[in-house]
Amino acid sequence: MELLSYLINGISLGSVYAIIALGYTMVYGIAKMLNFAHGDVIMVGSYIVFIAVNQVGLPPVVAILLSMALCTVLGLAIERFAYKPLRGASSLAVLITAIGVSYLLQNLALLIWGSDPKNFTSVVDIPALDLHLAGGKIVVSSETVVTIVTAAIIMVALSFFVNHTKLGHAMLAVSEDKGAAQLMGVNVNSTIALTFAIGSALAAVAGVLLCSAYPSLTPTTGAMPGIKAFTAAVFGGIGSIPGAMLGGVLLGIIEIMSKAYVSTQLADAIVFAVLIVVLLVRPTGLLGKPMNEKV
Amino acid sequence: MALLEVTNLGIAFGGLQAVAQLDMKMEKGQLYGLIGPNGAGKTTVFNMLTGVYRPTEGDIILDGKNITGQQPAKINQEGIARTFQNIRLFDQMSVLDNVKIGLHNQVKYSMWTGIFRLPGFREKERQMNKQAMQLLKIFDLDKEADLPASSLPYGKQRKLEIARALATNPKLLLLDEPAAGMNPNETEELMNTIKAVRDRFDLAILLIEHDMNFVMGICEYIYVLDYGRVIAQGTGESIRNNPKVIAAYLGGD
Repeated sequence: MELLSYLINGISLGSVYAIIALGYTMVYGIAKMLNFAHGDVIMVGSYIVFIAVNQVGLPPVVAILLSMALCTVLGLAIERFAYKPLRGASSLAVLITAIGVSYLLQNLALLIWGSDPKNFTSVVDIPALDLHLAGGKIVVSSETVVTIVTAAIIMVALSFFVNHTKLGHAMLAVSEDKGAAQLMGVNVNSTIALTFAIGSALAAVAGVLLCSAYPSLTPTTGAMPGIKAFTAAVFGGIGSIPGAMLGGVLLGIIEIMSKAYVSTQLADAIVFAVLIVVLLVRPTGLLGKPMNEKV
Repeated sequence: MALLEVTNLGIAFGGLQAVAQLDMKMEKGQLYGLIGPNGAGKTTVFNMLTGVYRPTEGDIILDGKNITGQQPAKINQEGIARTFQNIRLFDQMSVLDNVKIGLHNQVKYSMWTGIFRLPGFREKERQMNKQAMQLLKIFDLDKEADLPASSLPYGKQRKLEIARALATNPKLLLLDEPAAGMNPNETEELMNTIKAVRDRFDLAILLIEHDMNFVMGICEYIYVLDYGRVIAQGTGESIRNNPKVIAAYLGGD
């Protein structure tokens, strides 16, 4: 019973990682860059919901939609002003810019909202779920249920969008061969912008889910989940959408299981150790494509 | 007025003048050849025509519109499509989806229609699938529609690249060594396919090819490039007997 309860918590945390990892992996697949500012978009999204609910008094659903919209704008702005001018520059320059944008967002948040943690009130307002199984009983918090359901909906919708629509196909084509896609009339710039928009909107959702489960909001709230989600994306095979989902969920389960059965303090170390082992055995991640270097 | 008019086109990479003073004129319904020894600048010409390289001088006028130095995606929408010397299909995608990428700009629906599967979505997707299947049928690829592009044999991959380029509804189709690596049977079959494409679609074709029988057998007009300059042009017969061309290929003074 205890194990099952931990497993559900792990899947829930992993679902949040998966949603964030989707942003990393899609941007990497299409723009071939690591957007390290992605974690901080989560933080901005959470602050927007916090202010909209606690200070303006908007209903949570409206606040979340507002946060998604503003994060989309933020993501597009970051792409337009920080990354687009560097298209064709060395990947190292883009990477350093991404780290710069990350610090910029964190410090702007520090200036605007201060360093004291905000007490994020959960936006989920339904009763907890009691599961009766083989004589035992587990209480699953409503946040956990909402998180898992939301993540499942997002994954199904995104898979459909990418695999069965014209714009999704354009994204796949750009990620495979930018040059050839362009010569077939695909607008690469708008495809990249679309990717950032989707990733940032998902980051806003992830932020709300994360802060509903762990209700303390500071300017660095997004940093650690961001890094872990990046790990999840690499773990699953960066560039692969199913890989990000799988990697995220597995990472969440490993983290919760380590906390439960090994040590709370060592949990993060175990998570990253697993990553190292996986990369030693499968350098392209669990579902990553094998590298076929063209000669 | 000609479909394509290229005047005084040239490009220099640093101090190296790769192509210079290139003049070409093409009409719809005609097949043109671009030949020359290795390194003559043939693919560079293709790259300038499709916007991959920005010419340093000269003009490219397509159907009365100056498209010099435009972005590749824009030029493709204006009506120039191409294939590649080393095949560049979207390997992980299905044969059908490869062609549908080509149809990308022919069928319009918005992102929201796609995400929320609004009424227009199914209809547009059906229309795209139908068009793509028709194209595949012409190239005898309809049975392989659902296979990943990478699983096709070499000759079929070449054909699929042509089908994908045609899906963008070009006025001018550029084929970069379409017969490279093909056996005589496949080459023969490809010649017939290319002729059929020329007759069936309302377009001009310009192809680069090293197989002289292929070029002479199919092209009505041939440009010969050497060291980035046109050294001869005309019908197959006049090219075959041109001493400059023979010298460029076989050496001599």
